Amino acid sequence: MDAEFFRAWIAEIAAVVEVQRDHLTQLDSAIGDADHGINLSRGFTAVQAALAQADTPTPGSVLLLTGSTLISKVGGASGPLYGTAFRRASKALGDAPEVDLPALAGALEAALAGVQKLGAAREGEKTMVDALAPAVGAFNKAVAEGASAGEAFSALTDAADAGAQATISMQALKGRASYLGPRSVGHEDPGAASTVLILHALRDVAARSTG
Amino acid sequence: MKKLINSPDTVVTDALAGMAAAHPSLAVDLENKIIVRAGGPTAGKVGLVSGGGSGHEPLHGGFVGYGMLDAAAAGEVFTSPVPDQMLAATKAVNGGAGVVHIVKNYTGDILNFQMAAELAEDEDIEVASVVINDDVAVQDSLYTAGRRGTGATVFAEKIAGALAERGGSLAEVAAVVAEVNERSRSFGVALTSCTVPAAGKPTFELAEAEIELGIGIHGEPGRTRAPLASARDITAIALDAIGADIPLTGDLLVMVNGMGGTPLIELYGIFNEVNRYLAGPDVRIARNLVGNYITSLEMQGFSVTVCRLTDTLTDLWDAPVDTPGLRWGR
Repeated sequence: MDAEFFRAWIAEIAAVVEVQRDHLTQLDSAIGDADHGINLSRGFTAVQAALAQADTPTPGSVLLLTGSTLISKVGGASGPLYGTAFRRASKALGDAPEVDLPALAGALEAALAGVQKLGAAREGEKTMVDALAPAVGAFNKAVAEGASAGEAFSALTDAADAGAQATISMQALKGRASYLGPRSVGHEDPGAASTVLILHALRDVAARSTG
Repeated sequence: MKKLINSPDTVVTDALAGMAAAHPSLAVDLENKIIVRAGGPTAGKVGLVSGGGSGHEPLHGGFVGYGMLDAAAAGEVFTSPVPDQMLAATKAVNGGAGVVHIVKNYTGDILNFQMAAELAEDEDIEVASVVINDDVAVQDSLYTAGRRGTGATVFAEKIAGALAERGGSLAEVAAVVAEVNERSRSFGVALTSCTVPAAGKPTFELAEAEIELGIGIHGEPGRTRAPLASARDITAIALDAIGADIPLTGDLLVMVNGMGGTPLIELYGIFNEVNRYLAGPDVRIARNLVGNYITSLEMQGFSVTVCRLTDTLTDLWDAPVDTPGLRWGR
C-alpha cells in the first residue's frame, strides 16, 4: 500500500462522509448537538483540498496532512480526536514508501492509543473508541495469524460494525451525550458511526486495489 | 427552517463582520474568526481569552472590551473553535504578562484549548487555563465528562476582566476565575428546541405542553422532560436544584438569562419569582442581570445562575466595563 492507496482511502472517506452527512448529524441530534456530519464533511472537504495542493510522497505524509488539516478545520471534539488518530498513524508509518499489513496494524494501534489518551475514553463509554478498539484488535489478530488482506479487512469492519451497534444500549459516560445520563441509552453513538464509515472506506479501497 | 441569514455557510462570518461594523472598539479577524479589542494588547496586563461555538451571542465576542475579555474565538455554530484560532487570539492579546484561557467544560472546547495552550507555550507565552463547569443538571463524577460550563462563564469573564484591568497577575486572574466558578451554579429550562443553521431542522421536538429540564446551551436535550408548569413552579425547580448544591445564603449575584427566543416580559416574570423564592433574613440578591447573555440560538427558555459573592467579588463586579454585551461605570 503506497501513498496513492492512502490518498484513495481519504478520498473515499470524504465521499462517504458527504453521502452520510445528514445521517451522522441526525444521530448527533438525538444525543448531542446536531453537528457531527456537518463538521466531518467540512473537515474532509478541507483535507481533500489540502491533499490536492500538497506533495505527499509517502503514506505517512498523506496521513500527517490529513490529521493536521482535521485539527485545523473541524473543531469540536471530533477534530482533535480524528486529527490525532491520523497524526499518530502517520508517525508510526514514518517515511516508508510502502506499507504492509503488519505496519498498517501498528499504525492503527497507534491511532487508537492517541485517541484514548487525548479523549480519556475507554471501551464501554459510548464513544468512537467502542468501534475503533475492537476493530483494531480484530485486525491485528487477523494479521498476526497470517490472514489474507481480504480476511483482515473484513475482520476490521465486522468488529467495528458490532462495536458501533453495541453503543446503542450503552449509557454515555464521555462526550456531550453523557449530559443525558440514562436518556442516552437507545441511540447509536455518532462518533462510533463515523468510525465505522472511515474503516469501511479503508476496506473498500483495499478490495478495489487488490482487484 | 426560517432564519435571517444569507446562507448557513456564512452565518458566522456575516455576524462577525456585522460586529466589526457596529463596534469600532473591536477589531475582527475574519480569517481566524477572532474578535479582539482594537488597539492591540495592553503592555503588562494579563490577557483574557475565551471562545467557543457560535450561537451563544452575546457570549463570547460581545464581552470583548474594557474590563472584560481581550479576545474571543468564534467556532462554527455550537462547535468549539480550532486550536489555530485560539493561538491567534492568544498571540494577539499577549501583553507580556501571560494569558488566561476561560474554557467552558465541553470535550471539544477542552481538547482544542489544550492544544492551543501547548502551541502558545511553544512560542513562550505563558497560558493559564481555567475550566468553567457550573451546571448542576449534570451529575459530576470522575468517570464522566462532568458538568457543563454555562452562565457562570459570564460572571467569570466580567470579574476576571476587572481584576486583570487592575493589574492582577496571571495566577491571581486565573484564581479568581476558578473562585467564581466554584461559587456559582446554573440550571436551564427549555420550552422549545433550536435549529442549527447547517442542520436545517430543530435538534429535538417538544410537544405543546412539554418542557425540557436541565438543558445546556447547545439545543441538546436535558435530563428530563416534564409538563409545562407556571413560572413560579419552574423557577422553584431550578432554584431547588441549585440550592441542593450550594447554600443560597448571603449576598448573591443572580442572572436570569434568556436562551435567545424568550421575551423580556417572561424573563422579568421569572426574576420576580426568583426574588420571591430568595426572600429571607439570611439572603440578599445583591446584584443581578436579566436578559440574553448566553443563548442557544432561537431557543425559548431560560437559565438561572447564582454566584455567592464576597466583598471582593462584588467590588470587581461593580468595576467599569465597556463591551457590546455589558456596559456600566465608564
